[in-house]
Amino acid sequence: MQDFEPKIVAFVCNWCTYAGADLTGTSRTKYAANVKIIRFPCTGRIDFMILMKAFENGADGIIVSGCHPNDCHYSTGNFHARRRWIVFRNLMNFTGIDTERILFSWVSAAEGFKWADVVNNTVAKIREMGPYENYNKIAVSTLLKEEVSNHE
Amino acid sequence: MKIGFYPGCSMKGGAREYQESVVALAKVFDIELVEIPDWNCCGATAAHNLNKELSLSLPARIMALAEKEGITDIVVPCAACYNRLSVTKHELAEDASLCSKVTGIIDLKYSGKTNILNIIQFIDKYITDKLEEKVVKPFNYNTACYYGCLLVRPHAILNFDRVEDPQSMDVLVKKSGGNAIDWAFKTECCGAGMSVSRTDTVARLSGDILKDASDRKAEVMVVACPMCHSNLDMRRPEINKYLDEKISMPVLYISQVLGLAVGLDAKTLGLNRHMTEVILPDKPVKNAEPAEVSKKVANPEKMEA
Amino acid sequence: MSRIGVFVCHCGENISATVNCEKVAQISKELKGVEFSTDYKYMCSDPGQTMLKEAIKEHKLDGVVVAACSPRMHEPTFRKACSEAGLNPYLCEMSNIREHCSWVHPKDDLTTEKAEDLVRVMVEKVKKNKALNSIKVPVTKTALVIGGGVAGIQAALDIANCGHKVVMVEKQPSIGGHMSQLSETFPTLDCSQCILTPRMVEIAQHPNITLYTYAEVEKVDGFIGNFKITVRKKSKSLDEHLCTGCGLCTTKCPQKKIPNEFERGLGFRPAIYVPFPQAVPNKPVIDRENCTYYIKGKCKVCEIVCPTKAIRFDQEDELVEIEAGAIVLATGFDVLKSDFFPEYGYGKYKDVIDGLQFERLASASGPTMGEIRRPSDGQIPKKIVFVACAGSRDPAKGIEYCSKICCMYTAKHAMLYKHKVHDGTPYVFYMDIRAGGKMYEEFVRRAIVEDETQYIRGRVSTIYEKNGKLIVKGADTLMGAEPVEIEADMVVLATAGVANHGAEALAQTVHVSYDAYKFFAEAHPKLKPVETNTAGIFLAGACQAPKDIPESVAAASGAAVKVAALFSNDELTREPLIAVVNRQAPPVFSSCVGCFLCQSVCPYQAIEREEIKNRNGEVIKTLAKVNEGLCQGCGTCVALCRTKAIDIHGYSNQQVYTEVMALLND
Repeated sequence: MQDFEPKIVAFVCNWCTYAGADLTGTSRTKYAANVKIIRFPCTGRIDFMILMKAFENGADGIIVSGCHPNDCHYSTGNFHARRRWIVFRNLMNFTGIDTERILFSWVSAAEGFKWADVVNNTVAKIREMGPYENYNKIAVSTLLKEEVSNHE
Repeated sequence: MKIGFYPGCSMKGGAREYQESVVALAKVFDIELVEIPDWNCCGATAAHNLNKELSLSLPARIMALAEKEGITDIVVPCAACYNRLSVTKHELAEDASLCSKVTGIIDLKYSGKTNILNIIQFIDKYITDKLEEKVVKPFNYNTACYYGCLLVRPHAILNFDRVEDPQSMDVLVKKSGGNAIDWAFKTECCGAGMSVSRTDTVARLSGDILKDASDRKAEVMVVACPMCHSNLDMRRPEINKYLDEKISMPVLYISQVLGLAVGLDAKTLGLNRHMTEVILPDKPVKNAEPAEVSKKVANPEKMEA
Repeated sequence: MSRIGVFVCHCGENISATVNCEKVAQISKELKGVEFSTDYKYMCSDPGQTMLKEAIKEHKLDGVVVAACSPRMHEPTFRKACSEAGLNPYLCEMSNIREHCSWVHPKDDLTTEKAEDLVRVMVEKVKKNKALNSIKVPVTKTALVIGGGVAGIQAALDIANCGHKVVMVEKQPSIGGHMSQLSETFPTLDCSQCILTPRMVEIAQHPNITLYTYAEVEKVDGFIGNFKITVRKKSKSLDEHLCTGCGLCTTKCPQKKIPNEFERGLGFRPAIYVPFPQAVPNKPVIDRENCTYYIKGKCKVCEIVCPTKAIRFDQEDELVEIEAGAIVLATGFDVLKSDFFPEYGYGKYKDVIDGLQFERLASASGPTMGEIRRPSDGQIPKKIVFVACAGSRDPAKGIEYCSKICCMYTAKHAMLYKHKVHDGTPYVFYMDIRAGGKMYEEFVRRAIVEDETQYIRGRVSTIYEKNGKLIVKGADTLMGAEPVEIEADMVVLATAGVANHGAEALAQTVHVSYDAYKFFAEAHPKLKPVETNTAGIFLAGACQAPKDIPESVAAASGAAVKVAALFSNDELTREPLIAVVNRQAPPVFSSCVGCFLCQSVCPYQAIEREEIKNRNGEVIKTLAKVNEGLCQGCGTCVALCRTKAIDIHGYSNQQVYTEVMALLND
């Protein structure tokens, strides 16, 4: 497990966290290379099904990050994201998906150091948790159950 | 429905007439007050200056005992006890870990659902609606309603009446047929716990209160706190000396005022227990000159069409 | 089959120091659909851009990925270059291999691998990109200015002087706002009316300005460049064309004892009235609530005496439709209600007044003709206590902010009082003196030193009346919190400036956001101080936060420039990265089921309802439709749509899912 390099996808908003990650670069703060960023206009745009897609394709951990409450470029997008996350988290827990592997955070355009911390902490945590091999098992078993119940 | 009654120390000592009048008044309206069995001290001012957990555990035990008896409303006539019980309820509701710690200390079940009512809230909830039809002897005096500090503060926790200019007792006095005067010292300090240690301070603070009421032609002062009462009533010799004049205005509890209005006699209400003799002339002047300040000026924002 | 070009930038050594750029270009060449791949020292330089353009033409590229710095830096540069080479600019994407890769990771294989991943992601994304055209929206070159105080006046004049039409809507019978009520203004002590009145007249006479007084905005539809506004002109019971403003009716009206709003209740006015002598327009209105005719059905004295027969008792409110390209909100502020300070007896004691009432007392045209006399008995007060921060900076009162203007006007009041009552003593209770501004601190010093105002640093706990005096109890914190008691003849409270009482409703009508105190919210506190989050709507003056006159005027001119800039083109150009509801014709199909959840989350009211009709004109379905002018492209609707009927250009579902899959599968 020592050599395990977790694959982590970060879904971030364009206005705060993406810019914050740019600042991390500008200030040459180092962090682990395991995290790769996908840019969204706003966390409000993030349909959480895409998180499932990431796990399905082999992601071991996920970061969702946007503007701090009340800082949203579009006024309320991050609030919608937070609300949706609260609901979705319960659903995932119910399905057996490990929500510990998803980090929801706020990183502003001025928080370059915080972004590095968020990444490093998440990488360390996921490294300890090991690869997420269980996801496909859960997905398969859930699908099977669904098929069975549909059949009935 | 049983309504709980928490007397605290003063009702059993210096303020016996307060309890007597509350119980007698409740009886007129067919309300039975049940004293919480095995009640203890609320902690008063001493406990919360020494030990936070102790200061919360004492009131918590009282509320837990009430819960055990199936009591949902507790009447707490003493303003200080009311304050302590309310603050405890608030703090335990805000902090779950503190709450579990305190319930561990008292070793009783505590849900925090008991309603804590001060004397005015109790009257408003159970009596006010029926008060006016029961008034047989209108309390037709110029009355200064004195609220003191603990009844209305801190507003964020008690959420009772207006902090700077409370009105609830004034309303009750008016409903009893009295004339609640507008005056300036409704919530000034009476000297409180200095009663014993610094009587000179009490004489000055309480003296100023009585003087202002007297200057504005009040014939009687109404209170809802045994501490206020003792300072304004018992310390009268010192007050008169400080003011260099004799103020003979009696100080009554709100329960006594309502009691008189609904026809209870002076003895039942314990009026004889006061230090300052309660002399209320039989035919009081009707609507004596109210203080000039009560005339309202035009309301500017009302005009902004 | 795609023909994509990949251009890997070294950024001098910024990227190449830790990333093997040649290798990234080489690996990318192997990707499916990549036609051309290269690396270069400075892609953003002239030769770099030329290389990009030539490659597009030579290899007939239909997609471009530039792996370089952050797209927040150079996306516009490369998109422009693509466009110049004949490729739709929205078919160009950037991989951020500098800020997100070379600068944050050490030189090793992992870093280069990450760069390769990032390029691959964008190659896959760009395959799904669509050619988009920027959106053009026509602009109606008329501005609506709501509010006719000094801010509204300034904004309207500035816009009108740029040659654009302006419609000004004012709620009161006259424009002028709070500034017309002031006596003199700090720090110069010049007369407020003298500097404001000429500008009020200019509004009335300007050929580009249409003025509606006694009118309110009732409805706002549309979007930047194309607002449609409904204004309710309340009935003045008057034919304004016939009325000459002679004022005979106002002198003959038998109803004379109505508290005068303009004088803040310190004087009276008749039922048919002009708010103040210099009012614009200087024509009366009938206050129907207090008019004898409207109450009792008879009187009509004004109609009888009117020489031009201009009175119209049966006149009704009129609704006016306005088309405007921009809106300026200049609705100003309000002062606190009188029940706010029971401890100060404000509203109970006649001689406890607020700052605006003092302005009227000090005004030469006020109820006392400029003499400082107390309202209760008309005596000249020998001691006045001014209480600063009455309500402001007080979390217990729910107003945590500093009202900003009070320190200055309180110093001014003390001065004006001292100038008129030489043997009087002004006291000021204050928390801190905040006199930041040109000549402001000097002004306060003058009040203290030359006019001998007694400044006491401390709060007033209570004020009560005794034997005709107001007893002010406070503390002097510079003297060890020593209790202070002053027997004053009059007390002036510098009450907090609060949002106008109709502010919240107006914000909801025009769709702008507002803060916790109901002041209108600016788009950015520093860089967009006069813009709102709604495109095309701007802020001027104290409707945004308490402001003094110079600040209000500056903000108004700022808003006017924004409007003028907007009006400088016939059409607006906008980025096409907006949401769109799917459609297939014919007949019109869409997976939209018309649940309108999207409408409930859209912060811009950009989702419209569109009725789909059959040939007989019957509505068969109601679908969501995105208004291109309003949509700002946040995509919240997309994430919420349960049938995936709504999608967003540039971040479509197809694009983002492709990105995720490309990222995780090499």
